[in-house]
Amino acid sequence: MSESNVQDQTVPAATPEPGRLTKGVSEFFKSPAAVIGFGTLIVICGLAVFAPWISPQNPYDLMQLDIMDGRLAPGSESMTGMVYYLGTDSQGRDILSGMLYGLRTSLMVGVLSAFAAAIIGTTAGLFAAYMGRRTETVIMRLVDLQLSFPTILMALMMLAILGKGVINVVIALIIAEWATYARTVRSTALVEREKEYVEAARMLRLPGWRILFKHLLPNCLAPVIVIATMQVARAIGLEATLSFLGLGASVTEPSLGMLISTGYQYLLTGLYWISFFPGIALLVTIVSINLVGDRLRDVLNPRNAS
Amino acid sequence: MVTSIIRRLIQALFVILAMTIIVFIGVNVIGNPVDILINPDANQAERARVIAHYGLDQPIWKQYLMFLQGLLHGDFGDSFVYGRPALGLILERMPATLELAITALGIALVVGLPLGLYAGLYPKRVSSKLIMSASILGFSLPTFWVGLMLIMVFSVELGWLPTNGRGPTMELLGTQWSFLTGEGLRHLLLPAFNLALFKTSLILRLTRAGVQEVLPQDYIKFARAKGVREGRIIGVHVLKNLMIPVVTIIGLEFGSLIAFSVVTESIFAWPGMGKLIIDSINLLDRPVIVAYLMMMVVLFVVLNFIIDICYTILDPRVRLDAKA
Repeated sequence: MSESNVQDQTVPAATPEPGRLTKGVSEFFKSPAAVIGFGTLIVICGLAVFAPWISPQNPYDLMQLDIMDGRLAPGSESMTGMVYYLGTDSQGRDILSGMLYGLRTSLMVGVLSAFAAAIIGTTAGLFAAYMGRRTETVIMRLVDLQLSFPTILMALMMLAILGKGVINVVIALIIAEWATYARTVRSTALVEREKEYVEAARMLRLPGWRILFKHLLPNCLAPVIVIATMQVARAIGLEATLSFLGLGASVTEPSLGMLISTGYQYLLTGLYWISFFPGIALLVTIVSINLVGDRLRDVLNPRNAS
Repeated sequence: MVTSIIRRLIQALFVILAMTIIVFIGVNVIGNPVDILINPDANQAERARVIAHYGLDQPIWKQYLMFLQGLLHGDFGDSFVYGRPALGLILERMPATLELAITALGIALVVGLPLGLYAGLYPKRVSSKLIMSASILGFSLPTFWVGLMLIMVFSVELGWLPTNGRGPTMELLGTQWSFLTGEGLRHLLLPAFNLALFKTSLILRLTRAGVQEVLPQDYIKFARAKGVREGRIIGVHVLKNLMIPVVTIIGLEFGSLIAFSVVTESIFAWPGMGKLIIDSINLLDRPVIVAYLMMMVVLFVVLNFIIDICYTILDPRVRLDAKA
């Protein structure tokens, strides 16, 4: 009797408490929408990474394109016996292959710009909160200035100055998006700065950079992760929009937006597939990233964690 | 009140000044001003003449002052493509863009507000959940792709609506408007709906969030306990308290509607400012680009200024100088 009692008490102590990460992960996958979004995203990333190996054709290699195969309907067969499952565009490019390669460009632009903007914006926000006074005023005025104009206008402004091209689109997106991070990180860091662990670190006379990056930064990261996820989706959408307007990717190395743009002129004659399928790919990518981001926000929000 | 308005006005002027510096540095220091200001087809003698004419041989601060001077006179130089003053070209196309943006805002309000109200009042209903899912789609769908699909369905497949241009216009107050003619209205419908989609989702979600915030308040409970009709509670108590965030968003989003009309105008060949700027960037028509950018800067600063003033009038608790 007494023996079993002792055992009962020791059982919970024996199993280690699950860590915050494991808890967060299991919390994340409780939502079916997040699971679907995450799964789709994995597939999309896989397709983009392995595009050169799985796509039927290299759409950027002009030697492989046959102008005679231009504007074929989905399911048509080429002269060499290759099947164009989703049809071809005006230059005889296989739409499916174009989409897989375009996905690469889109994801790269999205991740690269969101990541760079996150680093710049977070650093600026941390500095503003930690230094205070002049530094804070200057940085936050810049942020206010930036945020009073819509992203697309900032991006257009940058592209008007820098000129067209994918690299310039990435630069424009970084410049247009860093301010969001700076503002959020600053407001989080302002709260964190007053907490005891920062005071303790100051008492220990740790160098400022160490307090900033080793103590404050990890505690401000949750909102950054959420914003960065959403920004990847936004950046992909913006890149596609800018490429559609003819300011981003080139015609010979099309991104998803560029593919949609080339199909635009044929839409009126009923050749829907050149624009339609890349658009679906774009939509699925953006929605799945947003689903993941939405769930991340719920899981990482300290108000929800009880 | 007056002092805070003046202070805000000075701030607004500083923002405009800061943006002139940014645009000036962008165009004259990062970009090559010779490429920007001179037609690439010009010969050597012509180049030298234009460089002297624009004062590009002057020190940079002097150039900036000249740029500012031109700005104050509304002189951005002549467009390379049209050979006419850049600012005039833009002003000429402004009514088309305004017409599109205002119609889109109207659609967004008429659709978004009632649906958001419904979804907020009856959150458990299946129809509400459908509305909310649809609004997520409205956020995620890229505007330009939706535009193409609208053309595909309504113009190509069904043949109901025209795909490009403004259609016949009618004169009112000295400018041409599409919405006054039946045919023009048909031209306006698709682009306006396309532009409205994103904002509809935004207003819908904002309204729903607002309703859910207002409903548990004590004054609603009190009104219910007092026996006020449900219709009056919704129409007066809920709606009135909802209006402040909605009005702000309308003001803020109006500017972004004008910026985003770049995309819609390009798809539907709507002859507004947005189409002009994209054409100008593609043709390197720099005077028009600079004029457009400065115009948008002034527009946004003025809009933000108006919103801030409206804030204090709508909600006396908000103080303009509280931020400082």
